Amino acid sequence: MTTAPRLRSAFAAPGRPRLVAYLTCGDPAEATTVAIALAAVSAGADVLELGAPYSEPSADGPAIQRAMERALSRGGGLTQTLRVARRLRDAGCEVPLVLFGYYNPIFVRGAGFAHAALAAGVDAALVVDLPLEEQAELLTPLRAVGLDLVPLVAPTTTSDRIERIRALAPPFVYCVSMTGVTGSALASPESLATRLAQVRTGTEAKVVVGFGIATPNDVRRLAPHADGIVVGSAIVRTIEEHPGHEAAAVARLVGSLAAALR
Amino acid sequence: MSSPGPYFGRFGGRFVAETLMPSLLELERAWLEAREDAGFQAELAALFTSYVGRPSLLTYAANLTRELGGARIWLKREDLNHTGAHKINNCVGQGLLARRMGKRRLIAETGAGQHGVATATVAALFGLECEIYMGAEDIERQALNVFRMRVLGATLHSVEQGTRTLKDAMNEALRDWVTNVRDTYYLIGSAAGPHPYPAMVRDLQSVIGREARAQLYAAEGRLPSACVACVGGGSNAAGLFAGFIDDAAVDLVGVEAAGEGLATGRHAATITAGRVGVLHGSKSFVLCDDEGQVLPAHSISAGLDYPGVGPEHAFLHETGRARYLSRTDNEALAAFRLLARTEGIVPALETAHALAALPELAARYGPDGVIVVCLSGRGDKDLPTIERLSGGGA
Repeated sequence: MTTAPRLRSAFAAPGRPRLVAYLTCGDPAEATTVAIALAAVSAGADVLELGAPYSEPSADGPAIQRAMERALSRGGGLTQTLRVARRLRDAGCEVPLVLFGYYNPIFVRGAGFAHAALAAGVDAALVVDLPLEEQAELLTPLRAVGLDLVPLVAPTTTSDRIERIRALAPPFVYCVSMTGVTGSALASPESLATRLAQVRTGTEAKVVVGFGIATPNDVRRLAPHADGIVVGSAIVRTIEEHPGHEAAAVARLVGSLAAALR
Repeated sequence: MSSPGPYFGRFGGRFVAETLMPSLLELERAWLEAREDAGFQAELAALFTSYVGRPSLLTYAANLTRELGGARIWLKREDLNHTGAHKINNCVGQGLLARRMGKRRLIAETGAGQHGVATATVAALFGLECEIYMGAEDIERQALNVFRMRVLGATLHSVEQGTRTLKDAMNEALRDWVTNVRDTYYLIGSAAGPHPYPAMVRDLQSVIGREARAQLYAAEGRLPSACVACVGGGSNAAGLFAGFIDDAAVDLVGVEAAGEGLATGRHAATITAGRVGVLHGSKSFVLCDDEGQVLPAHSISAGLDYPGVGPEHAFLHETGRARYLSRTDNEALAAFRLLARTEGIVPALETAHALAALPELAARYGPDGVIVVCLSGRGDKDLPTIERLSGGGA
């Protein structure tokens, strides 16, 4: 069985790099997240990353930390994130959905997680604190229901680890742009281009780059070097800065980022 | 020493960002090399003797034994170490390792401040840069240790996120490490975190148990009935237990912080009242809700105020090799006063939790029994807290 078919086909066709938009689910509220996500897709997002709020986001910078605190204070978490995915599917949203989170909420949810994710319409999960050494206990049940896991490659990842990660044949590899937390300043585009070429070379695997990508200019500079580009903290900050007008503000930002890819 | 794989049964592992994995593998290799290297071990032993002040004493607590009317109680005096607690054993070892690995910068999290002080101390000794992350609430309740870290030349970061305590300090230290991983050594202070830290910290603290076993044998010609230590992350307990783990007749007893009482939900009794989860790089018991969100811990003792526990303790609990009790803030305070009045020793509030189990244990083992307690640290740092709680009296 091919896993995560919707995600794989989204990257299969030739053309411009795909725009991946990250949202912290439940920030500022469940219904708002649904509206923001639909607006982002209308404005040109090709893939959505649905961030599941967690109380200990040790790989996230201040913007996403604050978003998670806001979401958690209003009932956010893994259950709500899966509900957001279901609501998006029910609203006719057909872009791939990647659940982005930390392992403890998934582990505590237990054996039912893979089925719950499938039922919610999620295509794959990306778990920040589940490296190669530990991923089997989640990858196996996800693949058993036709979902998949998106692995990360960091600037510190050695070439033998990159080989092992690519050998998993994931729907895409998430290449972290710098050593740091989400929302930090972007590394030099030249060294990043070299790195992305190294991860892409000699493989079918699709390579998506994220962390620190905020502006149309960032997107334009990285476009020739990746199959997809993730924008996260910039969207989360936009939500924070436009209370009451979140969806429209995010649509403007995503529209400008998508235009930079054309 | 047993070979430390990443797991203790089903607990442990390396649940960290990919960015950190290559460094954890490098650290594991470096540690395995160092522990087999006679030169490294000789350097460590020399520092234990001439800098830390080891072996630490094993003191017979005659008055406390009489007061409790049961088993004979011996105190393993880690409070007499340089910097006043067991934390320095681990820091000297990891500081040597950091230097051997060519790292120029140490970072650490700290709760009560004892680990921060010990890290700042070895950074000064070895000429390394040092940055310490400490929760804002802990900075308020451990002012003396905060000042000591600054005197030692460390940069202190006040962590305002979350519950502003040890777990948040650890999150922030992880964020620093993921950012500066190439030149920075993360000196974890507890037997927690991702592999190889739990095994490495246990190995470095095992000097407590090795010495205690030999010292008790010399004094009493026998093994103890039980070994007792407080458990937050669990490093002093892991160190004491390591000396007796193969002596099946010796009971191992860890004492967690029950805070205001288990029923109130305001406690830090992770093994007693938590569930299996993943926190700060390892799978162990965690205080978290049905959604996997970590719950705020509470203890009067900043060093035990942590919603996780080292994975080896989870394993020892599950296999039944060790038993875990819990004691409340008030029981710890009573034990703190009892030791001060009977033995003239002022213990740390963390340690007082282990002491608070002694009335029950002394009665259980009776006059023919022998108990070794890890007196993990001295209480000077806690005197302002005690003074505030008792309205100026004691």
